[in-house]
Amino acid sequence: MSSRKPYVRKQYWNEPTMGWYERAYLPEILRGLAITSTVFLRNMFKWMTGRKGALTTYYPEETRWDYAAGNRGKHVLTRRADGSPQCIACNMCATVCPAKVIEIDAGFDPADAAHPKFPTRFEIDYSRCIFCGLCVEACPEDAIRMLKEVPNLPSYDRSQMWIARQELLDWQPRDDVAKPYPAPPAAPAGRSQP
Amino acid sequence: MIQDLVVYLVFITYAISVLMGFGTILTWVERKQSAVMSDRIGANRAYIRLPFTQIKLVWWGLFHGMADGLKLLLKEDFKPKTYDWYAYMVAPWVVFVPVLLVFAVVPFGGVLIPGQLFPGLAGWFGDRAYPMQIANLDAGLLIVFAFGGMTIIGAMLAGWSSANKYSLLGALRAGSQMISYELIMAMTLLGLIFIYGTIDLDEIVRYQSGVVLGFLPAWGVVLQPFAATLFLTAAIAENKRIPFDLPEAESELIAGYFTEYSGMKMGLFMFAEFIEIAIIAALFTTLFLGGYNLPYMSDAGFVFPGGYQVELSHGAVVVIQLVTFLAKVFVMCSFQILIRWTLPRFRWDQVLRFAWKFMFPLALANLIVTVVFVWALG
Repeated sequence: MSSRKPYVRKQYWNEPTMGWYERAYLPEILRGLAITSTVFLRNMFKWMTGRKGALTTYYPEETRWDYAAGNRGKHVLTRRADGSPQCIACNMCATVCPAKVIEIDAGFDPADAAHPKFPTRFEIDYSRCIFCGLCVEACPEDAIRMLKEVPNLPSYDRSQMWIARQELLDWQPRDDVAKPYPAPPAAPAGRSQP
Repeated sequence: MIQDLVVYLVFITYAISVLMGFGTILTWVERKQSAVMSDRIGANRAYIRLPFTQIKLVWWGLFHGMADGLKLLLKEDFKPKTYDWYAYMVAPWVVFVPVLLVFAVVPFGGVLIPGQLFPGLAGWFGDRAYPMQIANLDAGLLIVFAFGGMTIIGAMLAGWSSANKYSLLGALRAGSQMISYELIMAMTLLGLIFIYGTIDLDEIVRYQSGVVLGFLPAWGVVLQPFAATLFLTAAIAENKRIPFDLPEAESELIAGYFTEYSGMKMGLFMFAEFIEIAIIAALFTTLFLGGYNLPYMSDAGFVFPGGYQVELSHGAVVVIQLVTFLAKVFVMCSFQILIRWTLPRFRWDQVLRFAWKFMFPLALANLIVTVVFVWALG
């Protein structure tokens, strides 16, 4: 055990070298302090003149503007010309959904011979939705689509993160140029919505 | 006699509330300043809701300190299996109390003449005059170092009695580091004492209201710029803040000597650290930045270098001095936080080498140059 060699620190080819100026500590420390205090004063000036002096986004109050072009974050139910939902409550989206977040209750409307089945309840649990878009793929009626917007749903409670039928129907997309959406009807004529 | 009691009670209340206020505010200032320095927002979510309304007072996150205090009070008071529980219990107080006591000799204002300030009380106070300082001692600086040195005992007690290897290592580091830098602190101030010719802090402040070279205020920074830098460095090292935070290095020792403390006991250590920032700022202000006086100002008023004089009433002088002292202390606190959030940490061997091979010779050289100058200038 007595044959242990004393520790010799390994010398690397790119050992940092310091001149006397760096070795004197103080000028370099002052340079660092100047950098940080410049940033501090700049940001402080921004705050005091009513601008935001930080890169942070206050998330629930603000959302970032630079979501990816392909981002699809919010579901929407389309409507027919008379304002009734295009959905025929076939449950295909709920079946294909891997996260099992879609819940549909079907109603029966004998007055509408072409589409007697319609959803009385259509709810999506955004606390579990994985935004895969399979529901859009599965829909035979083009009744559910996904938009670029995000559901602005931060909450302290999972029960607050459901979106129900009426909200899905009333959701007005702001910017979708790919497919025109049917204009919301001025006055919902025809049959009354349950 | 009863008048003295009243005046000193007022002084003590003022001093303690200033220290506690600084301790509380600095936790917030540290968060906010570091955030603004690094392009962040900082603590801004805690709020107080006015009862029976939906009005939420956020106030730039000022209430985070209250939330922290509440959390510390409500936390489980963890007790390690130590054989020395008495030392374990007493250690936070041994750290905390001397830090407060140091402020007893720091003058936070000039001479207060209550009879002149409140004419209604002139009959009762007569012409008594009180220097605005809790204890007007001749041995001011010695008291500062005596009580400053006691915090080492607290740190060592905490590390030893925690029955934890990390704590013990932290205590060892704290002990060696604080003793080394305490020495340097005293050594840098020796030159200053030679110039001022006194260790009474109030006298030191009075000396600094003069001028040197005809126009510069005779502040310690002007007379001893080298000593000012060394003193601030050594003081930050003694406070164990980041460039020198080896005793509580998170990445190596969890929290160093107060690893085993939780709840309000840990809070006392943290609070002592923040109050010590204010104490260091107050000491630096007193010794190097002209204390409670503005440049060219004394208890009578301003005397500018051209011979131009401005007489001030006693009330105005007292208010200006109190405000000036607080403002200087706050700026120095902010500067220490700037240093803490700018510089990376030393390695353990570097700390002591820096102390003994770099700062100590510099302090000695500074002292020798000062002595030669004082001797040459008579």
